[in-house]
Amino acid sequence: MISYKNTHLQELENEAIYVIREAAAQFERPTMLFSGGKDSIVMYHLARKAFYPAKVPFPLLHIDTGHNFQETLEFRDYLMKKTGGTCIVRYVQDTINQGKVQEETGYNASRNVLQTVTLLDAIEEFKFDCAMGGGRRDEEKARAKERFFSHRDEFGQWDPKNQRPELWNIFNGRKKMGEHFRVFPLSNWTELDVWLYILLEKIEIPSIYFSHEREVFNRDGVWLATAPFMKLKPTEHPVIKRVRCRTIGDITCTGLVLSEASSVEDIVAEIAQTRITERGGRYDDKRSDTAMEDRKREGYF
Amino acid sequence: MSTNLVIDMKTNINETIGSYTQMELLRFTTAGSVDDGKSTLIGRLLYDSKAIFEDQLKALEKASMLKGDETINLALLTDGLKAEREQGITIDVAYRYFHTPRRKFIIADTPGHIQYTRNMVTGASTANLALILVDARHGIVEQTRRHAFIASLLQIPHMVVCINKMDLVSYSEERFNEITQQFLEIATKLDIKDIRFVPICALHGDNIVKRSTQMPWYEGPTLMWLLETIYISSDTNFIDARFPVQYVIRPNSKEFHDYRGYAGRVASGIFRKGDKIKVLPSGYTSTIVQIDIFENSINEAVAGQSVSIVLADDIDISRGDMIVKENNLPVISQDVEMMFCWFNERPLQIKGKYILRHTTNEVKCMINDVRYKIEMNTLQRNETDKHVGMNDIGRMSVRTQKPIFFDSYRKNRNTGSVILIDEITNETIAAGMII
Repeated sequence: MISYKNTHLQELENEAIYVIREAAAQFERPTMLFSGGKDSIVMYHLARKAFYPAKVPFPLLHIDTGHNFQETLEFRDYLMKKTGGTCIVRYVQDTINQGKVQEETGYNASRNVLQTVTLLDAIEEFKFDCAMGGGRRDEEKARAKERFFSHRDEFGQWDPKNQRPELWNIFNGRKKMGEHFRVFPLSNWTELDVWLYILLEKIEIPSIYFSHEREVFNRDGVWLATAPFMKLKPTEHPVIKRVRCRTIGDITCTGLVLSEASSVEDIVAEIAQTRITERGGRYDDKRSDTAMEDRKREGYF
Repeated sequence: MSTNLVIDMKTNINETIGSYTQMELLRFTTAGSVDDGKSTLIGRLLYDSKAIFEDQLKALEKASMLKGDETINLALLTDGLKAEREQGITIDVAYRYFHTPRRKFIIADTPGHIQYTRNMVTGASTANLALILVDARHGIVEQTRRHAFIASLLQIPHMVVCINKMDLVSYSEERFNEITQQFLEIATKLDIKDIRFVPICALHGDNIVKRSTQMPWYEGPTLMWLLETIYISSDTNFIDARFPVQYVIRPNSKEFHDYRGYAGRVASGIFRKGDKIKVLPSGYTSTIVQIDIFENSINEAVAGQSVSIVLADDIDISRGDMIVKENNLPVISQDVEMMFCWFNERPLQIKGKYILRHTTNEVKCMINDVRYKIEMNTLQRNETDKHVGMNDIGRMSVRTQKPIFFDSYRKNRNTGSVILIDEITNETIAAGMII
């Protein structure tokens, strides 16, 4: 199916495979961050393509907040078994038990910020010098300035004003001891590109991306799932709705959309028509205008 | 002319999805300062192609109101970092995405001031097209000249010059022609292959997506039409077969016991099954027996494709080597002349040692001499002042520790480009375009 005119999806795929191979070649101990969400599933699919017929030459790393959707965890284990991949799991609960962080309290309590500490601990524990992530530049304005190869200092911090210039496709992953890199193979993908690719490549995804019945409640215009650790305000009442996830994060901050989309085709059609950004339903971004930049500076995903 | 930029999904979902999967990708760069309407133009392109979402627009309205702006400040959309929003300037390269039914676009949006020359160079390095804005009232200014120069230095194949704010010069055809003429005079001194001119008014949307009713004298295409249709397939070098080896795949499994694949992205040209090849620097020759993409074997790999190549002979090949065809070799040399842009606060050191990265190869190098610097105000060469600091552009000669295999940047953007890295700080301190 070779034509001299590459489609945009072919170009994005070729670029992402190139970036993943570059990370595997330039770093001694790379890892790939895996959340069970569609972006990390696509990234892992590309990694399998990049090294076939050899196995993916690095482990995946999942930071389990303890607030994940059960379907996501089941899917993670299923996918690893099916593809023969290795996924290391580290738990935010352990970080809390060690007294390194304190659980947030109140209605909007979330472990979203806490997981950065667990992540940096895991990077130190395994001496990872590169962590690939499924972050995309179109997701959020601070991410729009992110490099493919993004430097982190010995404290795991990002300095957005002092980023290395990145030209052509020559990536500079040189670093000092203790520093590491975040690498983003999907930088140039949009939400629609990810879904089109899932469709074309017939990639399996967790069931919660498709329409299903769930008990939800409405907070500030966002539908959130009920769970034992979710505190409802007196004015909030659980109802049953047909919903699906547009992004998958913690239950505490993942807004669900009312949807009847039951196939990837339906989802593509829905995404193409939607007028709200993907992260518009993410409670973690609503904390302030620079919520993402602040978290990224601290070493967030 | 295309005015229907958003596909109506209800008509035929399968057909629509089919067309989405056939879109081409166009990367373009813009450069400009706060007041020349660049943000307005980008905002207009994003808005008209429905790439700005309702929640973004609401956030923008709120932010503009709080800052006391009378209209929605589209610059707030493009300036992503806290420091940028505070200072009201764009510091870094920001990437924006939108699509129409024909193409997906990536905008590398860069600041236009002289102190951000390095950001402009960065944004230009991957662009197929440069979008240059000229304020119709001011005509060609120093900044216009600089942008055109950088686009030519980085060999961006296409240039679209938008003469903006035509409403402020009464939509005058004479003024448009005058500026076009001035620009063409500059262009004769530069290396630009394809230039187009469009009179626009970004604020009101004239000739952006819809044809202007104010300028019936202009018979050319709208800006969006140009972006959607400029022919880019021929910009790729399909002649000189170059394959920098990125990674060696050895499965060590029972099923693929003897498999040894050379993984990489074809930098240029075409490789076919059965091709006689030569490996640099060793000089060994062999034949391609298999080209793989995941579980599929293909007959040919063309420029841009990430593949894995299997050879007939068991020869020693590692990352940084280059697979080429016997009858078409790159230049193999330790002495390299290149145009450069300096990125770092620490000035260039003549006779200083640096790390040079070229394709997947890395060698040490020494800067032998600075031939000249370009005075960015006049674009004249300065052969006497050898002090090179941040944002300076010029020509230098470099000696590498081992030979590298390259083509001229003009002929081959992928095998003609290098970056220099500081050995101590590991920072990327310069970009080089081989002459």
